[in-house]
Amino acid sequence: MYTHPRYAGGKWLLALALWAWVLGACGGGESSVAGSSAATQASPTTAAPATSAAPTTTEAAVAATQATTTTGAPSAFPVEVQDSLGTVTIAARPERIVSLSGSLTEMLFAIDAGPQVVAVDSYSYYPPEAPLTDLSGFSPNIEAITAFDPDLVVFSYDPGDLMSSLRALGIPALIMLAAGSLDDVWDQIEQLGIVTGQVEEAARLVVSMQGDLQEILADLPDASYTYYYELDQNLYSVTSATFVGRVLGLLGLENIADPADEQGYGYPQLSSEYIIDVDPDLIFLADTLCCGQNQDTVAERPGWSGLTAVANGAVVELDDDIASRWGPRIVDLLEVVADAVAELSAQS
Amino acid sequence: MTPLSALAQPSRVGLGRMMLALALGVAVLGVALLVGPAGLEMGEVLAALVDRLPLVEVENSLTERELTILWEIRMPRTVMGALVGATLASAGAAYQGVFRNPLADPYLLGVAAGAGLGATVAILLRARGFSSLPLAPLAFAGAVVGVALSYGLSRTRGRDRRSSTTLVLAGVAVASFLTAVQTFLQLTNVTTLREVYSWILGRLVTVGWNDLYAVLPYMVVSWLVLLIFRRALDVMTVGDDEASTLGLSPRMVRLIVVSAATLGAAAAVSASGLIAFVGIIVPHTVRLLAGWSYRVIIPLSLVMGGAFLAAADVVARTVVSPAELPIGVVTAFLGGPFFLMVLRTSGDLE
Repeated sequence: MYTHPRYAGGKWLLALALWAWVLGACGGGESSVAGSSAATQASPTTAAPATSAAPTTTEAAVAATQATTTTGAPSAFPVEVQDSLGTVTIAARPERIVSLSGSLTEMLFAIDAGPQVVAVDSYSYYPPEAPLTDLSGFSPNIEAITAFDPDLVVFSYDPGDLMSSLRALGIPALIMLAAGSLDDVWDQIEQLGIVTGQVEEAARLVVSMQGDLQEILADLPDASYTYYYELDQNLYSVTSATFVGRVLGLLGLENIADPADEQGYGYPQLSSEYIIDVDPDLIFLADTLCCGQNQDTVAERPGWSGLTAVANGAVVELDDDIASRWGPRIVDLLEVVADAVAELSAQS
Repeated sequence: MTPLSALAQPSRVGLGRMMLALALGVAVLGVALLVGPAGLEMGEVLAALVDRLPLVEVENSLTERELTILWEIRMPRTVMGALVGATLASAGAAYQGVFRNPLADPYLLGVAAGAGLGATVAILLRARGFSSLPLAPLAFAGAVVGVALSYGLSRTRGRDRRSSTTLVLAGVAVASFLTAVQTFLQLTNVTTLREVYSWILGRLVTVGWNDLYAVLPYMVVSWLVLLIFRRALDVMTVGDDEASTLGLSPRMVRLIVVSAATLGAAAAVSASGLIAFVGIIVPHTVRLLAGWSYRVIIPLSLVMGGAFLAAADVVARTVVSPAELPIGVVTAFLGGPFFLMVLRTSGDLE
């Protein structure tokens, strides 16, 4: 499910936006596994700007982050952090965090800030130990949020007045929009590390994720394949301009949805006959949980049984949740995809 | 009292107009089969189509995959578009006649809300382990239940007081209630939210022959009943009391016509999701161009509705090819201006 499945009775466009997976996905620049954000403002009190010549090796990233951490000492609050809107000053280490975003929840728990989290929204069902509540990330209710007496609220979607309401109540809040690139992911993890006082854990997570990704890339067979990525059984797809499209692009895969999206919206609906005509090497199903799609249902579709991907068993069933979030489990997604690529390459 | 069958006499549609409409329909279907995002060679497609005619042998050089695209994707989709358009347009015309309300559409009496609820329930049950449960029959059943509720509840004030107005109002209330139930189910089962939307947004994109065979019988029955009762609809336009004095039972006609139109609309909705506009625009355009008799409106709406939706579907799958436009957007975008043009050149609707 989406991090913030958005629903408002019968609004088609909203439903379309839903596929979009988005919450105002920002453009973002070129993705790279070891991004430029590894040395972001980790220094407390004075937000030392990231050096423009950012470290590109993981070792350098660790060194940079650890350097600032050790000088910073444990009780370094207040800290300044960057969210999607700008710089926010957090006075004291938060102990009662409310997260309204599945991806941010996963990040918080992955950097050992879990004990500081008192409530997460109804879609934050990973990791299992997260304190799931019926709070809504799509239509956040300010009264329900304040009932948890939070000293920090993090979210990825603001329907209009969430941030201003929280500010008016004097509750510290951070908005981190859906990631547009891997750099955004590293950035958000590190900023969450700063704000929770888990700087070292955050740096470690980023380094380990980057290491995992580089390992996946290193093991990748030297082959180029085309792929069709399915968001639902009405053939909505993603292009290379989206976060997941960029990430799959890192693996050298070519997206067949790109010609279908001249405006760069990112989430076109494809024609069935186009998919059959192009005959992609790989089919990724991101609609297994939501819509019960699998290899068999795909093979049963009219005209699809003769597709190369179907014949080769290259129809890959993804976990919708993992595929629609930009949290630590993005590594898992890439692992599944890389395995499929390796398997296909071994066949030929 | 004249038996209803006396009203069911065939009457002349205007052969010339009908032939013209049919020719237009065939032309649209031809174009629909020739163009598409896969870019099949048109001459070869034409050859393959002609080859299928009895007693004709024509060579074509389409590959197996291209033939699959033509026969398994393009053909059923085009035919389904035409069937749905014909059904919605004729059902819309019938509703407008029987309720004497120019704004009546095929979804008036809770068809859409009932189908939506049925589809939602089917999707929820599938997520609960009934994985092979087919969706279309439940959507269909929901649509029929929606209309049956509207019809049944409009009787509660007593037989004599039941008018077309009470029926429409009951339909509005039932539709609101069913939509509320559907929304509640959806919101309490968030993991299936996306599939419900998928269904509502329309399914012409993935239609196959089996989907078509499943709904065709209901549509054909609906068309036949509406064609048979087109003269009775003319009598209904003068008002219930007047119709009674002419020897017609307005309640009986209304029940039969509403049942038939609902059957068709429910089949269309279950196959294609909600496609608005066709049921209003097509019959009114026919009215403005060809006159006010339902003897003309019903058959012409059938043909023109089929041609219109098939044409809209061609636009939907070619304009932003290889992407798709939602067909409802196309019907409104093409239908709106066209209808206004007809309205301005043909005088008002009174």
